[in-house]
Amino acid sequence: MELTVGPNLFFWKAEDLRAFYKALEAAPVARVAVGEVVCSKRMPFWEAEIPNIVAGLRAAGKEVALSTLGLVTLGRERNKTHDLFDLGLPVEINDISALKHLPENTPFWVGPLVNVYNEGTLGYLARRGATRICLPPELPLASIATLAKAGKDAGVKVEVWGHGRLPLAISARCYHARLHDRAKDNCQFICGEDLDGREVDTLDGQAFLSVNGVQTLSAATGCAAYHTEALKDAGVDSLRLSPQTGDFVGLCAGYADRIAGNITAEALVAQLLPEAPGGRFADGFFAGPSGSDWSHPVPAGA
Amino acid sequence: MMELVCPAGTPAALRAAVEAGAHAVYCGFADETNARNFPGLNFSPEELVPAVAGAHKRGAKVLVALNTFPRAGGEKLWHQRLADAEAAGADAVILADIGLLDYAATHHPKLRRHLSVQAAAANPDAINFYAETFDVKRVVLPRVLTVQEIAAINKEIDVETEAFVFGGLCVMAEGRCALSSYATGLSPNMNGVCSPASHVVYAEEGPDLAAKLGGFTIHRTPKDRPAPYPTLCKGCFTSGSQTGHVFEDPVSLDARHLIPALAKAGVTALKIEGRQRSRAYVAEVVRAFRAATDALAEGRDLPLAELARLTEGQSATAGAYAKTWR
Repeated sequence: MELTVGPNLFFWKAEDLRAFYKALEAAPVARVAVGEVVCSKRMPFWEAEIPNIVAGLRAAGKEVALSTLGLVTLGRERNKTHDLFDLGLPVEINDISALKHLPENTPFWVGPLVNVYNEGTLGYLARRGATRICLPPELPLASIATLAKAGKDAGVKVEVWGHGRLPLAISARCYHARLHDRAKDNCQFICGEDLDGREVDTLDGQAFLSVNGVQTLSAATGCAAYHTEALKDAGVDSLRLSPQTGDFVGLCAGYADRIAGNITAEALVAQLLPEAPGGRFADGFFAGPSGSDWSHPVPAGA
Repeated sequence: MMELVCPAGTPAALRAAVEAGAHAVYCGFADETNARNFPGLNFSPEELVPAVAGAHKRGAKVLVALNTFPRAGGEKLWHQRLADAEAAGADAVILADIGLLDYAATHHPKLRRHLSVQAAAANPDAINFYAETFDVKRVVLPRVLTVQEIAAINKEIDVETEAFVFGGLCVMAEGRCALSSYATGLSPNMNGVCSPASHVVYAEEGPDLAAKLGGFTIHRTPKDRPAPYPTLCKGCFTSGSQTGHVFEDPVSLDARHLIPALAKAGVTALKIEGRQRSRAYVAEVVRAFRAATDALAEGRDLPLAELARLTEGQSATAGAYAKTWR
């Protein structure tokens, strides 16, 4: 089982992204998807960095794909999606409309925001040229195992959300702007203040969700530490690690050690929990009962 | 004339909707193959046969929603329901999943296919992809678009569009939301339910009634006031120093004043949400909306006052149809 770094979902400054991806060149991951997924208004602030980021990662031996937006409605967003296919790199689609722009016989990746729930959909996408599919985070282990097997039969690598706040929903409405009594058109890029998303608690003070512009994520950080063997046994090809603040290269190394059997799940959890956005882990989508659940007690001292 | 597409959660509601003037009704089977998989709702394959025949006798169409995403390893059930819908004489099926669309186009080519709102086809490229690839004839538009955007989309596509005008409102792009399964383990995409009643607990806490979903408090109201159902995205939460309805107020969609604008934008059909609602409610809403579409067709003013009664005492919004909503 390999490691894939997903696109950064948050609005970080260009220089911070430059530093993040420079450091990532040394991380033990096989591939990286790069691009703005959440909001097209953010693109002008960092898209000029992408060619250098891609060149650096490829020179370091990583496979790289360019990510499309997750929700495409505007004309300029459609054009951006179209143009991604002209750059000679694999494209990771996050909105089904990207298939309309896909040139004939062009391999592509499928991101976790595309609904691949069953063998029929996986098979269709494979016939269209999909070579990698990251499954939606809400799928249980039984479905993952069935789809990993279908992927093997169809020649598609199947990937699963390994670590990071779980992407739960996307909307036309910007919740960050709404929290500041602004409309999306006048957001003043307020989402850039919350580097791992802005937490939303219940009235009882329970951490619940986090908002990231038009996207809603979990407050807890999704963590597959206790499921790496089960996922490997199920035939999953890769775990997806989602960028967050803190020592991300260390996080990648921790997962690499975990997959190689060098460290226990407890050790990985103890390593990662102090820097986890939200301070809590969730892995309930794998084995239930609900996505927000965590299968194990928090280790002592963490 | 704009087509009025009305909800039918039961055979009785279907008859009531047709008698009240529905041009078309939509319904589903009593299992996880549709997105209103609630106890006591929906049709058995045997019930669908006379329901379709009865609707056809009165000139109304029946659209069957198979709009969840089939379970890995369990696609056979959805395939069977496609065959059941065709055997019952359904006028179309409403589908969201690519695999199921592909299967339907291959195995039931004569069964007309509509694209469910759960597919969230939010731009002309997505719509044209589904139209060209799976010969979809109509697209139910996601509730993330403005009227102007709908008009622009209709200029770039050849298939019909259907727009929600009344009832429950999704705030997120439909079919792309796992909030419910995060809190309860059950989701619209996989199980056909959102914020399911099986996971709701009302707890008296001091002077308040707390409404909880899967253990998360969704809102809290004084005991002497009516408590809204704890639908996740309409809950009251705290973020930083702010407390309020972070995602959306507890409102429903009411776009009746936009019917002429939607007609002008090229929309073919108007959809009313509410398969979980009572037969009496459905009849009343359908009658009022039918009067509106008739008035529009005849160039008369819309009888908006009649429709206004339906939302009395409730908060309503035009949702994403107005750009300021974003």
